[in-house]
Amino acid sequence: MIGILLYILIGLSFLCFIRVLSGPTMADRMVAIDIFGTLVVGICALLVLKTGRLFLIDVAIAWIILSFIGTIALAKYLTRKKLDE
Amino acid sequence: MNSISIILLIIGVVFDLFGCIGLIRLPDIYNRLQSATKCVTLGTCSILLALLLHYGFSEVGIKALIAIPLLFFASTVGAHALIRGSYKFGIKMTDKTVVDDYKEVEK
Repeated sequence: MIGILLYILIGLSFLCFIRVLSGPTMADRMVAIDIFGTLVVGICALLVLKTGRLFLIDVAIAWIILSFIGTIALAKYLTRKKLDE
Repeated sequence: MNSISIILLIIGVVFDLFGCIGLIRLPDIYNRLQSATKCVTLGTCSILLALLLHYGFSEVGIKALIAIPLLFFASTVGAHALIRGSYKFGIKMTDKTVVDDYKEVEK
C-alpha cells in the first residue's frame, strides 16, 4: 500500500526532472527544483511510515528550509538586487 | 494504520499527481507555478497530517506538526518571490493571457 504510493511519488519526481531538462528559461527550471523539494518532503514522510526510521522526519524539515533558501536566492538574482536590499 | 490516515495519504498523493501534471502540461511559467505550488503544498501537508494521526503526539508526530506550517509558509512565500522576480526579469506571458493588472500597478 505505502510502497505503491512511494513509487507514484518517485515517478512524479522524474516528471519534475523532465521539466528541469526542457524548461525554456532558468526560472522554469528553478520552479521544477522547488516542486521537487516539496515532493522529497512527502517521500521522507512516507519512508518514515514504511521503514520506521524516525530520523527521516528531521531530514524533511531540513529539506524544507534549504529549498526555501535556494528559491529566495534565485528570486533575488532575477530582480538583479543584492541579497541585503 | 487506521483508515483516516490512509485516506489522507491517498488524497495527498492524488494532489501531488495533479500538481505535477500541471507542471508538465501548462504553457507558461506563471500558470505552472500557480498550479504546481498550490497542489503540491496541500498534498504534502496532507501526507504530514496522516503521519501525525498515525503516530499521535509522540516525537515524530510533534515534528510533523511543526513541519506543516513551516512547509506552508516557506513554499508560498518562495513562490511569490520567484514569480515577482521572473516578472521583473521580463519573462513573457503566453499569448492567451487576457489581463495583466501588475503592469498598471507598476506605472
